[in-house]
Amino acid sequence: MYNVKEIVANKPSRFTAGHRMCAGCGAPPVARMILRAVHEDDHVVVSNATGCMEVSTCIYPYSAWTDSYIHTAFESASAAESGVEAAYKSLKKQGKLPENEDTKFIIFGGDGGTYDIGIQSLSGAMERGHDMLYVCYDNGAYMNTGIQRSSATPKFADTTTSPAGVSIPGKMQSRKDLTEIMVAHHLPYVAQTAAYMNFKDLYEKSEKAIYTPGAKFMNVLAPCPRGWGYATEDLMQINKLAVETCYWPLYEVVDGVYHITYKPAKKLPIEEFLKPQKRFKHMFKPGNEWMIEEFQKEVDKRWEELLAKEEMTNK
Amino acid sequence: MSIRERLSGNEATAYAMRQINPDVVAAFPITPSTEIPQYFSSYVSNGQVDTEFVAVESEHSAMSACIGAEAAGARAMTATSANGLEYMWEMVQIASSSRLPIVMALVNRAISGPLNIHCDHSDAMSVRDSGWIMLFSETNQEAYDNMLMAHRIAEHKDVLLPLMVCQDGFITSHAIENIELVEDDKVKEFVGTYKPEHYLLNKKEPIAMGPMDLQAYLTEHKKQQTVAMQNARSVIKEVAKDFEKMTGRKYEMFETYKLEDADYVIVCMNSTAGTVKNVVDSLRANGVKAGLLKIRVFRPFPVDEIGTALKGAKAVAVLDRVPLLNGTGGPLFEDVVSAMFVNNVNVKTINYTYGVGGRDVTEEHINSVFKDLQELKDMKEPYRFLGLKGRK
Repeated sequence: MYNVKEIVANKPSRFTAGHRMCAGCGAPPVARMILRAVHEDDHVVVSNATGCMEVSTCIYPYSAWTDSYIHTAFESASAAESGVEAAYKSLKKQGKLPENEDTKFIIFGGDGGTYDIGIQSLSGAMERGHDMLYVCYDNGAYMNTGIQRSSATPKFADTTTSPAGVSIPGKMQSRKDLTEIMVAHHLPYVAQTAAYMNFKDLYEKSEKAIYTPGAKFMNVLAPCPRGWGYATEDLMQINKLAVETCYWPLYEVVDGVYHITYKPAKKLPIEEFLKPQKRFKHMFKPGNEWMIEEFQKEVDKRWEELLAKEEMTNK
Repeated sequence: MSIRERLSGNEATAYAMRQINPDVVAAFPITPSTEIPQYFSSYVSNGQVDTEFVAVESEHSAMSACIGAEAAGARAMTATSANGLEYMWEMVQIASSSRLPIVMALVNRAISGPLNIHCDHSDAMSVRDSGWIMLFSETNQEAYDNMLMAHRIAEHKDVLLPLMVCQDGFITSHAIENIELVEDDKVKEFVGTYKPEHYLLNKKEPIAMGPMDLQAYLTEHKKQQTVAMQNARSVIKEVAKDFEKMTGRKYEMFETYKLEDADYVIVCMNSTAGTVKNVVDSLRANGVKAGLLKIRVFRPFPVDEIGTALKGAKAVAVLDRVPLLNGTGGPLFEDVVSAMFVNNVNVKTINYTYGVGGRDVTEEHINSVFKDLQELKDMKEPYRFLGLKGRK
């Protein structure tokens, strides 16, 4: 049985204190929990795309990572890790590495480095089937450079390159569904998750992903207090609302079979998720009700589609 | 006994790579270097090497994967040309600043635009200050020999820099010429095994690579890179000596051809040197003291040796196989003139752009350069075109 207290007490953190990410940022608890899912004897090589996580965790001469870590550039984290993994295979085969040691390969990238500039490198590496896990910590904009819109930014969100103005009310396009793009790669394991309910969903999916052979992908919600505009102490509440409104469904696709890992007993209206965030503030002005309606419609449509996929693949 | 063969430059390069047996090769096809990963893939498929071949989706990923592999503790190689090199440009810088001795075969081709698949050196010149050691090769034999020496230079503890071996697209890469190959076992012994001091896959010593490096340290780290490039000079010479012992073939920072007493000198790189040698011979037969200085080691640039080698000349022409787009001279010209200046050598030196996009370079062209040098009165017209159609 999953027990968060035991895990935290018994498994040392591989992602240490002293990093410089913001208070209330969703990414560090995600990274820490994912690494806790690595078996204690296994070594990890982390590849990190340029982004908030990278610039805040590895500033020379410091590193917050107790495992081996490599950062190359913004769009190259997957390709770099595929080189590391190929080296591992080659050296292992030649007997140049200790036989009794196992190394796991985990990549962390934000939505900028994953949905956008890094999607080619990601798609290539996944198609080639390297034995590694790509984790996208999705905070829905280019937060590191100061909250610019990305293809993961939800419709109507106010960002610095899609400002909610008099003529244009924020971002005018819906978010790209990257998780489904990764499902279309026919990988052995794809999951969407968030730090919710004592991290159970995140932890269990991470362990499964890390220990399934082949190329795996996890999309993890990682709210950003600066970009989303919520109080730092509300991080977990935001995660909860994203899941309970079905804005961010928790599910996994194992060899093409969908499994929704959490179905809210009563799906909350999307306002509950939108309201506490400053980036959606303009949607609540009188006369803008249509924006909330449209947002709700999109969430419903995607949720229905997901339910249908689950049903279809479990027949 | 060495092996006599007939191979193209690409075949010779792939052959050298098989003998080196790198741990990882990551490459993406681009004319005219495509054959290299093609030949190499068949070595992989037929179990002739231990290499993991990573068939990446782009050159950007090719260099990224090489960086990852080399950082992991493996020997990584790639091959590319022109736009491929342009596309990996960002990662080319990261490879050298991470001090990873990756080895690349660069088959020189014009960079776009407009699109042109034939030889010039605009690709190599676009990375000339990227912190890579750059060796140029006149023939398939030199491309092969340079490749066999590459890892010994790049992986030397005082160097630890990536290295590229350049050869002319199509002219050298696709032309089949005689070649003397070294036996597999001798190559294996000569190249040796890669033993990195720090690497990602060492569980006993986890490391962080590619950190954020701000005002407090970057200058000193760049100084270390500079020193490594300077250190490469003596290492290149040492390795060449060992190579000569094994093969009898002698390599220096540059090759001189009838330079010692030459009045009129051409400086150039790669295949054009062969044409220049022919012209030098015929001019010498007519009493003209012509000579050639062919650069082999372009980076690190042999500043002092070149300055000294040219001091006895009456006039020098530097041939740049790139378009001159900067309002001054070509990159080789700038380097040669700078090397002369810092060594107090004041010889009239002019610059030609030539052979751009695979334009043929004939003996007639080279003859006209030597003629210009003999008639050179002043430095009014230092930047010139060679083989330009229509009015000059």
